[in-house]
Amino acid sequence: MIDVDDLSVTFGHGPAAVHAVRRVSFHVANGESFGLVGESGSGKSTVLRALSGLNPNWRGHMAVTGQALGRRRDKAFYKQVQMVFQDPYSSLHPRHTIDRILAEPIAIHRLGEADRRIAEALEAVGLGSQFRYRYPHQLSGGQRQRVAVARALILEPKVLLLDEPTSALDVSVQAEVLNLLRRLKTEQGLTYVLVSHNLSVVAHMCTRLAVMNHGAVVEELTVEQLRARAPTHPYTKQLLTASLGYDRAAIDRFEDFAANG
Amino acid sequence: MSQQSLLEVEDLHVDFATPKGLVQAVRGVSFSLGREKLGVVGESGSGKSVTGRAILKLVRPPGHVRAKRLAFDGIDLQGCDERAMRTVRGKRISMVMQEPKFSLNPVMTVGAQIAEAYRVHGQASAADTKRRALEMLQAVRIRDPERVYAAYPHEVSGGMGQRIMIAMMLIPNPDLLIADEPTSALDVTVQLQVLAILDDLVSQRGMGLIFISHDLSLVASFCDRVMIMYGGRVMEVCDAKHLNEARHPYTRGLLNCLPRIEAGGPDGGADLPVLRRDPAWLEQGL
Repeated sequence: MIDVDDLSVTFGHGPAAVHAVRRVSFHVANGESFGLVGESGSGKSTVLRALSGLNPNWRGHMAVTGQALGRRRDKAFYKQVQMVFQDPYSSLHPRHTIDRILAEPIAIHRLGEADRRIAEALEAVGLGSQFRYRYPHQLSGGQRQRVAVARALILEPKVLLLDEPTSALDVSVQAEVLNLLRRLKTEQGLTYVLVSHNLSVVAHMCTRLAVMNHGAVVEELTVEQLRARAPTHPYTKQLLTASLGYDRAAIDRFEDFAANG
Repeated sequence: MSQQSLLEVEDLHVDFATPKGLVQAVRGVSFSLGREKLGVVGESGSGKSVTGRAILKLVRPPGHVRAKRLAFDGIDLQGCDERAMRTVRGKRISMVMQEPKFSLNPVMTVGAQIAEAYRVHGQASAADTKRRALEMLQAVRIRDPERVYAAYPHEVSGGMGQRIMIAMMLIPNPDLLIADEPTSALDVTVQLQVLAILDDLVSQRGMGLIFISHDLSLVASFCDRVMIMYGGRVMEVCDAKHLNEARHPYTRGLLNCLPRIEAGGPDGGADLPVLRRDPAWLEQGL
């Protein structure tokens, strides 16, 4: 479904160039959930932005459903691939009603039947019709993220790119949104690429994951390997230890993987 | 916790008068703190941060604070005027905020800011101040203190910025540190490293620490005791070690709705249990 080969992204030129993504490759099968894990600055979001067409400055090869992707994407691409962003407070237009937010993709793609589609999309994400004519500021964070998911799904895409979809939410709301995403995936046969710094969220949502550090993939592993606490790369091991809570003795053994790239 | 209590809070209320009516951010919170690490956990809007600010009398109008008792080391904080509070704030009780980006002065070097924190609270020569500031930077494990001393806040990373904040807050040698989500903006490994520094300094100096956080599992592994807040009330206080045996349905709900590395999974795994809120929680509290 998704093929990424040798993807590199560089910002700036000459000696000031920042190699944000270095020769990253991964493949995601149809209907699979793939996780991209890393700390800030590891390049995980940059990979997603290049894949979604938000950043045209990339080198390498990317394909979705077998079709190679160019620098510019046409409407047919966005019909297939949609994205959900991290912060539901800034990703919805503050002066548009939910109805207008959801109507826009329908109008752009000339799908028609806006009324029916909006009502269905709201129902699919568990928001009642009473939310339809409200503004984003009248909604809670979790409700806004549901709207963002509805906006992505209204085009009936095949692939959903999720960039830290729950990290701005309280844990109880996170549980609701993660349950929603899992239900929608089964119902609509979606393929997910999930970017997160949270190993538990990725373990809950995905079957395979790639761990990134300093722009490169250090290790690709299955969730079973993660659960068995059997990653091979020392960086992944350290990340896993850190995810398990505060352990004073373990912290003294932490290494700085940033230094040697 | 057999030590004498450092801080005593009894029936603390914080109200905000808004055009839409009175918002009761904190409704009758009571607790006492010794020289220990107390975690205050809750979701957004639970009143955990406002509680921390109210102790330092940092709640501004239209916010209104009242309490039966708000005592720190024998000092009645409610009776203190601003002048008296200045001898408490920073020197005896200090506070680390969430975002170093917004809490550090962008047009002052790191060194000057740490030095200021030291000189405001005691007489010291310039040379002595600088020496102390460099020692403090070393204590928070900054490798190159001379360089960081001369740097501006935008020249340092988030993790380092938070270490600088901690250095600045600990240099007057306070008895109590209130840390409001001090590491939430940091990566997990950096977060733990910053917490380890905080942990060591708190135990070396025998300080009390109020650690405000939304991360229940982190607090459980870091603090001695945990106080769980919801809707401005305390739901439960328990030993961090025995958090898994917590009884209150809210605490249980918060623990259960966390995804875990060991369990779940996209196929076969069950949905996460969703927290069911009981309106009665807002009426009772502890």
